[in-house]
Amino acid sequence: MNRDVIVIGGGTAGMEAAGQLAKAECKVTLIEKEEEAGGHVRNWCHLFPDRRNSADVVKYLSDLINQKNITFLKGTSVESINKSKKKFHIKTNRGHEMLSDAVVIATGFDLFKSEKKEEYGYGIYNNVITSADLEAMFRSGDLRKQNGEIPGRIGFVHCVGSRDEKSGNLYCSKLCCVTAVKQAIEIREHLPESKVFCFYMDMRMGGAHYEELYMQSQEKYAVNFIRGKVSEVGESINNGLIVKVEDTLAGRPLKMELDMLVLMAGMEMAEGGRKIAGMSGLNTGENRFFAAADNHFGSNISNIKGIFYAGTCTAPMNITETISHARASVTEVMDYLKESNI
Amino acid sequence: MQFDPFVIPFNIGLYFILIYVITRSVIWFRDLSKPDKLRLQRGFFGIAFGMSLKEIFMESLIHRKILKTNLRLGYMHMSLAFGWFLLILFGTIEADIFGARHLNAPYKAIFFRFFNPEHGKTGFEAAYGFLMDLILAFILSGLLLAVLKRFYSKIVGMKKTTRLKLTDKIALTSLWLIFPSRLLAESFTSGAYGTGSFLTGTLGTWLATFLPARQMAYPFWWLYSLSLGTFFILLPITRYMHIPTELFLIFMRNSGIKTGDKAGTYSEVQTYSCSSCGICIDACQLNFSAGITNIQSAYLMKAIRNNDDVTDIAYNCLMCGRCDQKCPVGIELSPIRMIQRRGGEAENDIRNIYKGYFRSRQSVNPENEIIQANYNFLKEEEPGKTDIIYFAGCMTHLTPAIKKSMVKILDASGLKYNFIDEHGGVCCGRPLMLSGQDKEARELINFNSRMIWKSGAHTLVTSCPICYKVFKESYYLDVKVLHHTQFIKMLIDDGLVKMNFLHKKVVYHSPCDLGRGSGVYCEPKEVISHLARLEKSSFEDENSLCCGGSLANMKLSSSIKKKIALDAVNALTKNNPDILATACPLCKKTFSSVTEIKIADIAEIAAEALIAKPLKIYSSSHLTSIKELANI
Repeated sequence: MNRDVIVIGGGTAGMEAAGQLAKAECKVTLIEKEEEAGGHVRNWCHLFPDRRNSADVVKYLSDLINQKNITFLKGTSVESINKSKKKFHIKTNRGHEMLSDAVVIATGFDLFKSEKKEEYGYGIYNNVITSADLEAMFRSGDLRKQNGEIPGRIGFVHCVGSRDEKSGNLYCSKLCCVTAVKQAIEIREHLPESKVFCFYMDMRMGGAHYEELYMQSQEKYAVNFIRGKVSEVGESINNGLIVKVEDTLAGRPLKMELDMLVLMAGMEMAEGGRKIAGMSGLNTGENRFFAAADNHFGSNISNIKGIFYAGTCTAPMNITETISHARASVTEVMDYLKESNI
Repeated sequence: MQFDPFVIPFNIGLYFILIYVITRSVIWFRDLSKPDKLRLQRGFFGIAFGMSLKEIFMESLIHRKILKTNLRLGYMHMSLAFGWFLLILFGTIEADIFGARHLNAPYKAIFFRFFNPEHGKTGFEAAYGFLMDLILAFILSGLLLAVLKRFYSKIVGMKKTTRLKLTDKIALTSLWLIFPSRLLAESFTSGAYGTGSFLTGTLGTWLATFLPARQMAYPFWWLYSLSLGTFFILLPITRYMHIPTELFLIFMRNSGIKTGDKAGTYSEVQTYSCSSCGICIDACQLNFSAGITNIQSAYLMKAIRNNDDVTDIAYNCLMCGRCDQKCPVGIELSPIRMIQRRGGEAENDIRNIYKGYFRSRQSVNPENEIIQANYNFLKEEEPGKTDIIYFAGCMTHLTPAIKKSMVKILDASGLKYNFIDEHGGVCCGRPLMLSGQDKEARELINFNSRMIWKSGAHTLVTSCPICYKVFKESYYLDVKVLHHTQFIKMLIDDGLVKMNFLHKKVVYHSPCDLGRGSGVYCEPKEVISHLARLEKSSFEDENSLCCGGSLANMKLSSSIKKKIALDAVNALTKNNPDILATACPLCKKTFSSVTEIKIADIAEIAAEALIAKPLKIYSSSHLTSIKELANI
């Protein structure tokens, strides 16, 4: 039995899929464009809902791909995919030419480029940061403004590049709400003197233990939740951020000065995934993510026989869902190999 | 007396249309405002009259503008208009010279060959006949193009042609029949008498070989007369009304009459002057980017003429003004559309039975419910005395990079300025105006005017072309209004700021309200070429595209707006520039949302190129341009 499978993308989904495929005795090549495997989780500090250290997840995944059946190609990206008969022919930017029997696409997501919502001032005002920047601060253990001061009033803007027709993303990224809640709690723990405000449209707490965390953030950590979208951000004379927002519950416009503003950037189809969609003829949906063959029982299956999807290249997912989805893709791959007598 | 019953339809039609046009002109003149009446009277005895004659010849007959944009389409229009004019002119002369008497009734000239079948035997007569045949052939060649255009519009280089209503179709058919029936009638007559020149003569001789020419001629003379008569009678209720109306339009325009903001004679004359040529359809981005082909100006004009409900058409428009620039008749299409918007959803109740011929006058603005549109709740802050006011505008507050750049540049200039809406201000009023709510907008205008007036400034600088246009046109202020591109240009020229040269390729997108809307084309490009390498695009100046984000259209879905934006970006960035520069916060926002290419306002590029220097407050009296401004 010598069945080759190529997994494109070495994040959570790709690593999980590669590991499970290797366990099922496939010869796996895992292609990752960065110098290190791990994807977005590597940059995160703690994970919701239980705030476990993300390093645990990275360690689990790294151990999983540390098998003799797996070849890990770092710093490599796919240049072309061609199918002839039942073989996939893949070329990379580093000159590899590979043949495989099946392909798992696990190209994941990119964070929405917050500069595009210029009215929030990311890249223009020093103390406007994204959720990912904040997570990096948590990792360094040093939560400060650009000038080194400790921020006193911190705001979170939900739905940046999600549920926003003008940004071209009509869908909900679904993790940002709970991430904001988690980060708000962490800020309050780091800086007990601080005041935290979340500006939200809806609080979408549809996951195990999310609602409890939300409750806790209000009762225990006194995070303020203001329902309304931020319309614009300006700068005050003393370099504070002036945030204009409508409080739709109180029915009045608000203008408040904050020290720091965190933008909850949504998830978009990854640039790499878009390139692969362009070169391979894989279908994408209106939300630009890969379109699965069936929403209910074919979420790993693509429109090309032998190519399968794993993880957030099809839709926003949290770590738990990504790992489940990656495992499911392995089942699909094994079924396919068996049915095709490979 | 030469007479035959077949001339009756023609005569009825001709006298009908003459009486109609005279009546109509009287009504139009009566409805003019007093100043416009005076303008027209002055124009009649002044230079305007001569200019109009020249323009009528160049545009209504030769169709110079259409020829310049589209040779085949221009030829089609020219051959029909100019050819027909020549046919009538030379026909009248022919009847006068060769007819039984001088000063004949018009029908004698039109049906000359019927009444003078033997004509054309002598050398001179034959030469004249040759000329007449030549003119007829000229018209027929254009007609052939027109027929082909109707069925296959690409033949004249057009992607779309206008759709017609029933009366238009009948009139069109009668128009199409006029010249072929004349050709056949003349040919048969010539065939029977052995006269006629290269066209009618040859065709007639050939037809006479197998047909009884003398008997065949008569029905065709009837057909010729009937088609002329039908055409004349239908003319006022079809688009062909543009033929007589355009003459009035040209004369009125040359006399200095403008569309204004209310419906009146001039807007009506313009509406009737539209020939539905369809050039505006090809120019419209809603057509070529979004596939919407029922709202273009030609359709608006038609809907107004037909007293149809125009609300949907009037509001589904980016108001980019591309069609205004392309209209060969020079109709002020956007102002007319604005009049329709101001008319609101009001119905034209008063419809009379002759509505096609004498349509009820367009409803004037319905009185809106009295809304307490005042802004008393806003704190009117006392602005400090200053020389220059910077008004960023709402859209610029949503694109803080522009705002920040302007502050940097203003600080560097050392001029005394006041950022008047730094902490929020009141809207300039244009979005309300674009949705037809002038009264409400006036409240905003008054509020802002008071602020500006109190500051004592001599110059107002704005970053947003939307604000710029409204400050220039609808505010009555004793200040010089500048767009920031003009202001930066002035700072550079006066040596108030020093700039580095950035080695970047920049393509400029001219915003609608700044370019076509306000005529500011040069300064933005001059600033760019001072700072970086300005690249040309295929959509410069008057031909620039709309970004698709226009405030003027509230009917389009986001996805269509994005499609328009994407098409525009792709068209502008064909040569892979480093930066796509614009001078409007709305254009910047719209473009940024659809592309990864760097979009920047000229102010941002200038701020990047700016060489910092110590802050020093100059007195404005040292500076040439600024000094000139202070003296206004």
